[in-house]
Amino acid sequence: MSEIASAVLNTASPFSKPKKTWVKKSVLPGFGLSIGLAALYASLIVFIPLAGLVLKSLELSWPDLWAVISNPRAVASYQLTFGASLAAASINLVFGLIVAWVLVRYEFFGKRVIDALVDLPFALPTAVAGIALTALYTTKGWVGQWFWLADIKVAYTWLGVTVALTFIGLPFVVRTVQPVLADLEAEVEEAAASLGASRWQTFSRVLLPALLPSLLTGFALSFARAIGEYGSVVFISGNMPYKTEITPLLIMTKLEQFDYAGAAALGTVMLVFSFVLLLLINLLQHWSHKRTGG
Amino acid sequence: MAGAISALNKRKTGAAHAATNESTWVRVTLISVALTFLALFLFLPLVIVFTEAFAKGAQVYFAAITEPAAAHAIKLTLIAAGIAVPCNVIFGLAAAWAIAKFDFRGKQFVITLIDLPFAVSPVIAGLIYMLLFGRQGFFGTWLGDHDIQIMFAVPGIVLATVFITFPFVARELIPLMQEQGKEQEEAAITLGASGWKMFWRVTLPSVKWALLYGMILCNARAMGEFGAVSVVSGKIREQTNTLPLHIEILYNEYQFAAAFAVASLLALLALFTLVLKSLLEWKAAREHELAVRAASAQ
Repeated sequence: MSEIASAVLNTASPFSKPKKTWVKKSVLPGFGLSIGLAALYASLIVFIPLAGLVLKSLELSWPDLWAVISNPRAVASYQLTFGASLAAASINLVFGLIVAWVLVRYEFFGKRVIDALVDLPFALPTAVAGIALTALYTTKGWVGQWFWLADIKVAYTWLGVTVALTFIGLPFVVRTVQPVLADLEAEVEEAAASLGASRWQTFSRVLLPALLPSLLTGFALSFARAIGEYGSVVFISGNMPYKTEITPLLIMTKLEQFDYAGAAALGTVMLVFSFVLLLLINLLQHWSHKRTGG
Repeated sequence: MAGAISALNKRKTGAAHAATNESTWVRVTLISVALTFLALFLFLPLVIVFTEAFAKGAQVYFAAITEPAAAHAIKLTLIAAGIAVPCNVIFGLAAAWAIAKFDFRGKQFVITLIDLPFAVSPVIAGLIYMLLFGRQGFFGTWLGDHDIQIMFAVPGIVLATVFITFPFVARELIPLMQEQGKEQEEAAITLGASGWKMFWRVTLPSVKWALLYGMILCNARAMGEFGAVSVVSGKIREQTNTLPLHIEILYNEYQFAAAFAVASLLALLALFTLVLKSLLEWKAAREHELAVRAASAQ
């Protein structure tokens, strides 16, 4: 495809009829080389292997495929993965907004360090997060012991899974809301206030609608990240089939039992879901950009 | 120009105006809620890594990070990152050049596809290579006949790491290069510069901070990747064990202090990454501000 593109670029002289090509003419060089290299690399590393996954799952007949996907143990794992991811993304939605608000609007000691530390879950390897959170939230841990007083076990239950997924998705809402909040015009708020709105009315009727696209984007990103998470969850979840087994772990188990087709089938389910979510996030971001005019 | 400055000032002071501000107790409550949340989910996990690492004394700590298995894991982690980062830098530059400087059909779709490895579970990243190169995989028999081992060996680990860190550089460069436009490069070409000369003298200097930023994030993820590598590595000590996998093995053997000691190395890497990231953001913001000021002074 790239050779065709560069051939078109080279041969199209200003005197020839304007042909409909898939790339607009430009004086800049290197389109063929760069798109060719990028496409080749992306195909080898990402697309061909992913296609292999889908192909492998199609080795199963439809009834067999359905049996793997709808197996009670698999369904239990979807419920946990989706439920805990939804819970974690919701926690991040609420607290992410508060953190973003506090970081943008108020001044307090250590703010810059805290702002930088919000990105920690992006930088900290998931295995490290996993063992650290487990140590904190067991019944003897610094935090877990207080829950244990109320007879609540956090580590090795679905709550523990939610804690790990909350950690993993924490930066997303903060980082999508923060710039939008910082760019909001003060005039709008002043206008609302001078027209007699209370502070809460201004927030819920003026600010919140303006922040909504970025909030939803952050929520979706956090949710998408949580769905696929593996490293931090395996340590804190206890990995009990039907109870605290997430879908990525079930895939891992199938691989260890050399059930490649079964692993591929579950992998394809997750892949399709991730792809739909990715398209949704792109739409949301598009909407968000349009709303903020950025 | 004067109008813009006064508007900026107004915005700053406007925020302190009583009508558009919260009462003190609302502020204090919100700040406390935010800090408590961050303490529970960010600061305490970070702190406990170091306290647990030194729980059995400095001697155990240094023994854990210098033993041969740990040293080998460090080496393998450096190799994987050392290959993954340059590969993705070259891809990122090529993809960003084509996407940001040319108009072609299906561009938006291509940008979405680049993000795909972010959306895919790390376990799936490992699984796909297993299905291709594993013993029962598509190329499994052929590889076996030719005595080439990819799975449960270093090449598999490198592949999985490259997949996971695939988008990092490209997604930092694309928006920046789109924003910068193509006038400068067009000028260079029109004035007779060769393609490579334009690249080294015009394009690369103008994206250097974003490139470095992408590389740092790419490196942090490459060194810390667990799920994908876990599928393809086989976890053979002193052969296919990376640092995160080594942590898991120690942890499952109830060698908690040692596990946290190795974890503390990766936590330090994460902190170092955050410091560098903040520095770069500050540097880029300052250059941007200087450029804006220079433009408005003319």
